[in-house]
Amino acid sequence: MKIAVLIKQVPDSDDVRMDPETGTMVREGMGAIVNPLDLNALQAALDLRSAAGGEITVITMGPPRAHEALRECLSMGADRGMLLTDRAFAGSDTWATAKVLAAAVKKAGPFDLVVAGEKATDGETGQVGPETAALLGIPFSTYVSALSLADGGVEVSRTVEEGIQRQYLPFPCLLTVLHALNEPSMPTLAGKKRARRTEIPSEGIASIGLSQEETGLGGSATRVVKISYPTISRTTEMFDEKRIDEGIERLVAVLRDMAVI
Amino acid sequence: MKGKQFFVLGEVRDGHIHSVTFELTGKARDLADTCGGTVTAVLLSGGLADDPETLLRSGADRLMTVEHPVLSMYNQEAEVKVLAHILRQERPDVVLAPATTSGRTTLPALAAELETGLTADCTGLEMDPETGLLLQTRPAIGGNVMATIKTPVRRPQMATVRPRTFRAPDCSNALPRGEVTRPEIPPELFESRVVNLGIERAEDGGSNIQDLDVVVSGGKGLKRPESFRMLEELAALLGGGVGASRPAVEAKWMGYPHQVGLSGKVVAPKVYIAAGISGAVQHLAGMQTAGYVVAVNRDPDASIFRVADLGLCGDLFDILPRLTERIRKEVGAE
Repeated sequence: MKIAVLIKQVPDSDDVRMDPETGTMVREGMGAIVNPLDLNALQAALDLRSAAGGEITVITMGPPRAHEALRECLSMGADRGMLLTDRAFAGSDTWATAKVLAAAVKKAGPFDLVVAGEKATDGETGQVGPETAALLGIPFSTYVSALSLADGGVEVSRTVEEGIQRQYLPFPCLLTVLHALNEPSMPTLAGKKRARRTEIPSEGIASIGLSQEETGLGGSATRVVKISYPTISRTTEMFDEKRIDEGIERLVAVLRDMAVI
Repeated sequence: MKGKQFFVLGEVRDGHIHSVTFELTGKARDLADTCGGTVTAVLLSGGLADDPETLLRSGADRLMTVEHPVLSMYNQEAEVKVLAHILRQERPDVVLAPATTSGRTTLPALAAELETGLTADCTGLEMDPETGLLLQTRPAIGGNVMATIKTPVRRPQMATVRPRTFRAPDCSNALPRGEVTRPEIPPELFESRVVNLGIERAEDGGSNIQDLDVVVSGGKGLKRPESFRMLEELAALLGGGVGASRPAVEAKWMGYPHQVGLSGKVVAPKVYIAAGISGAVQHLAGMQTAGYVVAVNRDPDASIFRVADLGLCGDLFDILPRLTERIRKEVGAE
């Protein structure tokens, strides 16, 4: 079976700085990793390949340095990588990003299965997966925490508010996955060697057949108009080590007033 | 001139209208009232068990209900097709939907289908008086900053909102307004390639922390998973539930249903007690609307104290048992 894994390179910590002038992320000097849930997506693909054979293509849109992220996936065992990089993609919102990914999946495909992390740690929107599925016109499921092959498709468990919902989806389909799905394996030495030898093709806007109006800032439906820093603060009654008993008495009084106890 | 049309895509679980539907209807009413607009709530279900009039009391001018067996359990493909059909016919200006697992699944596909934008997990929504556009504010970049987003040209302007972000209006005395309609849906739109096989209800008590008056949460300061028993004991005395910070969940000390924060649940209990939680912005985004916040932490400079009403600065392994004992005495004395 042919599987595409959609990944994103993200900053390696929450401590991201914003440029107050432009309202964009300052990426210089930041460490970068593969979005953790995308590694679960890759692991799912590796497990399916072990069970049923096939080929795994890892696809990402990002700046040129995002090839590092693809290289890491190759060293974990993916067969091919595809880097979508072009100035024309800059400023894409989730919809414009999905248009690029859907075009890339079409170009590199056809695939039986497309897998991605449920969301990325930086944007946390979780929108790109379902948007890409809609643009590809294929069935999709989200919040997948268990997965098995079934007659011409997959059976999945979705972790939702009420519990675990089970669904069947025929191929081709797209899934976004959760951490609980599996434990991503570490890159192997042999994998690293192979990853170094594997060429990762770079695709631009023209080679995936999109126009300037369809992607980047111009092809986005949304615009960030303001960036602000949250200033949350309350007046705190502080009780230090020596006044803990006093603090506890105060809290009991408050809880009584609020009719909690 | 026709006013702006606001649509709320409600959530129905097992025939019951989920509270987030009322929260969003109330918010849509507020937004509509700033510009003479109308509010329509849409409910997809396998059959409504609740009286739909309650929604007309909470601010909707119209309620559209679609009932079909395929919708009795969440089916993303059928939902997207039915909602796309309705929204193409109605052409609203603004669409609000819950940022539940269902909403966060349906809405992106629906937005892509309608070729428009979508902003996830908005914590603030207002109408820009100058442009008449919806200003959608959400935590961005790991929750360290707030971004305000517009959808300038494409329609509808779409946003999802976490449950408990806005307060449901008090509609006990309000008169119902408007009407209940049942739109005609072409039968093929209920066909779905996604087949539902069943649902196993979770026994996990952590999944209802959004509905409780008291939440007692723990973070890395608890040092080991067993320490969460202290929190369970305290929470039980207060009639509450146990929450956890993202690091504590990532360390697998507690399950994901307990996670409070931007990447977990947003809670707004009467009382929130944070023990051994430093207070990363992404955690604060999940509890800042709590009524009364208590922080227990060893570090006097921990940011959790900045959002706390009452701070107990010291060793939580000393403080929590003393607090629990004191409350046990108090509760037992009554």
